[in-house]
Amino acid sequence: MTYRIQGATGEWEVVIGLEVHAQISTLSKLFSGAATAFGAEPNTQVSLVDAAMPGMLPVPNRECIRQAVRTGLAIGAVINKWSRFDRKNYFYADLPQGYQISQLYHPLVGEGAIEIVPDDKHPDVTKVIGVERIHVEQDAGKLMHDQHPTMSYVDLNRSGVALMEIVSRPDMRSPAEAGAYLAKLRTILRYVGSCDGNMDQGSMRADVNVSVRRPGEELGTRTETKNVNSVRFVMATVEHEANRQVDVLESGGKIVQETRLFDPDTGTTRSMRSKEDAHDYRYFPDPDLLPLELDDAFVEECRASLPELPDTKRHRYETALGLSPYNAGVLTADADTARWFERLLTDSATRQGKSESDVARAASNWLTSELFGALNKLGKTLGDSPVRPEAGAELLALIGDGTISGSIAKQVLEKMLETGDSPGVIVEREGLKQTSDTGAIEAAVDAVLAANADKVAQYRGGKEALFGFFVGQTMKAMQGKGNPQLVNQVLKTKLG
Amino acid sequence: MSELTELGIAAIRDGVAKGDFTATEVAGAFNAAVAEANPALNAFIVTTPDHALAAAAKVDAARSSGQPLGKLAGVPIGMKDLFATEGVQTTAASHILEGFIPPYESTVSQKLWDAGAGMLGKLNLDQFAMGSSNETSAFGNVISPWRATGDTAARAPGGSSGGSSSAVAARIAAAATGTDTGGSIRQPAAFTGISGIKPTYGRCSRWGIVAFASSLDQAGPMARDVTDCAIMLEAMAGFDPKDSTSLDLPVPQWSTNLSDDLKGLKVGIPREYRLDGLNADVAKSWDDGIAWLKDAGAQVVDISLPHTRYALPTYYIIAPAEASSNLARYDGVRYGLRELPEGAGLQDMYAATRAAGFGPEVKRRILIGTYVLSAGFYDAYYTQAQKVRTLIARDFENAFKEVDVILTPTAPTSAFALGEKTSDPLEMYLNDVFSVPASLAGLPAMSVPAGLDGAGLPLGLHLIGRPFDEQGVLNAGLAIERRAGFAAKPAKWW
Repeated sequence: MTYRIQGATGEWEVVIGLEVHAQISTLSKLFSGAATAFGAEPNTQVSLVDAAMPGMLPVPNRECIRQAVRTGLAIGAVINKWSRFDRKNYFYADLPQGYQISQLYHPLVGEGAIEIVPDDKHPDVTKVIGVERIHVEQDAGKLMHDQHPTMSYVDLNRSGVALMEIVSRPDMRSPAEAGAYLAKLRTILRYVGSCDGNMDQGSMRADVNVSVRRPGEELGTRTETKNVNSVRFVMATVEHEANRQVDVLESGGKIVQETRLFDPDTGTTRSMRSKEDAHDYRYFPDPDLLPLELDDAFVEECRASLPELPDTKRHRYETALGLSPYNAGVLTADADTARWFERLLTDSATRQGKSESDVARAASNWLTSELFGALNKLGKTLGDSPVRPEAGAELLALIGDGTISGSIAKQVLEKMLETGDSPGVIVEREGLKQTSDTGAIEAAVDAVLAANADKVAQYRGGKEALFGFFVGQTMKAMQGKGNPQLVNQVLKTKLG
Repeated sequence: MSELTELGIAAIRDGVAKGDFTATEVAGAFNAAVAEANPALNAFIVTTPDHALAAAAKVDAARSSGQPLGKLAGVPIGMKDLFATEGVQTTAASHILEGFIPPYESTVSQKLWDAGAGMLGKLNLDQFAMGSSNETSAFGNVISPWRATGDTAARAPGGSSGGSSSAVAARIAAAATGTDTGGSIRQPAAFTGISGIKPTYGRCSRWGIVAFASSLDQAGPMARDVTDCAIMLEAMAGFDPKDSTSLDLPVPQWSTNLSDDLKGLKVGIPREYRLDGLNADVAKSWDDGIAWLKDAGAQVVDISLPHTRYALPTYYIIAPAEASSNLARYDGVRYGLRELPEGAGLQDMYAATRAAGFGPEVKRRILIGTYVLSAGFYDAYYTQAQKVRTLIARDFENAFKEVDVILTPTAPTSAFALGEKTSDPLEMYLNDVFSVPASLAGLPAMSVPAGLDGAGLPLGLHLIGRPFDEQGVLNAGLAIERRAGFAAKPAKWW
């Protein structure tokens, strides 16, 4: 499944690296006590430090450092116990200090790796993408150009918010790999809790580095497309940019090292500035801050506080719970889904007096096909599902002990989503209990056979495929409440 | 009540406590002296007589109700206009901050008010503390109260804390705050016959002090004598969680531990400071200093600080580099001056604002700093300078294995006349040659008056101590002070 661009002159290979900016989920900013909530009124979350008033000084927020270290540990990265903050100097109206405090020379987190599944259809084919480093830095404010006819306004709420810059190795070779990497990274960040991963709110955005080359040859010149803010857009950026570069090269042109912008409306990228216009950022160690020195106890506390991570969890679902790779992948792709599932599992096992591994397959199948399907139709997600795991477990128990059939369970689920009532209440109220009363089943079977004498004759004449028809008619007559096994038995007997 | 202005910190504090006079009387006397002298000296950019009186009234009320009084109860001081003072204009002597009124109080000034001091006004300085003669202020030169014998030419009060030195020497402030990046407390103190100490880097919080060069800037007291410096430093120093480079150490009781008995003390005399063509008066006062310290019981040792000759170039790379970045925030966007020419875009606004707002010396240092941090030059200048800085610090570490304190002159000459060195920046920078090494190494260092030169102008002696050993520096300073018997005062000509 090697991805290649078929050019007029032959095949081209795409080389991709991502620099992902992830906002660290903390209540206050990287170097000040100001709040970080999304969507506040402009300039209501700005301290004297964030506005760079004269004489103000940065003081590192321990929790931001802690979250970045936890993230590093979650991707198996080297934690640098000695790191340092540098100033990146440039002038812009959204940058009050005239410099961004970042980490160029000595980042907090070194080499790590992320395992991805490039293609959902082949959940057991994985690839490891290298992470070069994670460093911590300040976000800038935001310019507002639509507030005044001739002036721009500045909102400093984001100024000084903590970001992690997570820099991958140029290890990706297709749009799908780039998409899978970003999605997997987001999954990990959400598991760790170090970033909410809400790309539509700007909590996570990617700078996409793309170059093309003849397979196996030296790396080509890359372009960097800035601030791409969804998995889909990252894939589109790679796709468009790679094809554009191939077109340029094949028509005898050269790729210019430049910064580009992605336009979501057209799905294309355009040039923002070339290397010649690039700033000289004059990086140097921030003299307001001491080097950041971490002790073993701090790092160990970070490690101990990590939850079970997606890869480990997925592996456990497959081996200990016996789930299919596909289900294991779907259930672990998101920390909240996994949490939901594990609650469902625990409650199901308790209610049915069985072990978790005994109920896991039924629970995972119900969740991934029944509940996800139903929620999808309603345009809802698990997060705003009216059905909670406790109610799901009750429903699964009703199926498990034969109170209702699988098909009735679908009806019950619909009612649960509609009313929010518990499945037990719905089954009772609507009289949906499965009947195992052989007398009633026999009566229903007799009526069906009597009404379809012609088909009975055909069946007895050898057309055995009609058996399913009789089952269906009987179940229909019984409003789906007949115990399917008993219905089968009775039919078999009566049809001889 | 003019005799009240003759008093320093300890005398005022004790007099107020005993009830010899009230704090309000003291504040009134100093306010009057400021009003009389400032038109001539230009030491204050703004005066704040009401602040001084309000602080004094609080002290008097506290005394009459029997409450405990602070270390500086009733002492009216001048505040260098680099310290942010809530509700009072803070300019760093730059047009770019003219009219800027901070909604916050610097940590050091707050500590001084908490100790019972009152503010007479905001003291003039070299613009953004860049200068050695107080001739770079956007609010005019400060004039030293000192004149050479038989000469009425206006003399430099030193810089950058020139308003501070002028005011304390002229007896229009009991004491003043200074800040020192490469000598800005010590050189002005030497020029005006007063005492001043730059403590170990990190002793005083930098929070709320307009930054010049963050890794070098330190606040300290400028006062009539060593004891007053010790008292005032106790009030200024202390750990501040708002400054990441602040030292988390208790503040010693330097003033109560003062002693001029130097028996067993070893004093180092660095041979590299014997510059070719060293001014004869300065050389003589250095020899006097050696003799006084011996007299106090110290043993004098010849030492070497081999990297001294690189200190000045190193300083003039590191300080401008940091300044070029620290001063980027003055951009016309949020506060201070904004120049917005017709049709100007953002870049034009920056250019116009900074062109109009910064003085020539500030611009020169921003350019130097920008240059040394630029791609292609960074390693040759900035990285190299940081390495040399480490070597300079190591020189001192080695020296302090042998000696306890180091004695040098504070400045290569006595106060020069205004305008004498403004045409040649390099000659001006040479004024810091003795003071800069201790700044680069973050060491405590002080200047104490040693005597007058042939022209009747004060000379200072410079003491450098181990990190955190302000006590050693102060004690040696006290020994010199007692033996030098410096009692000269500028004749009042204003």
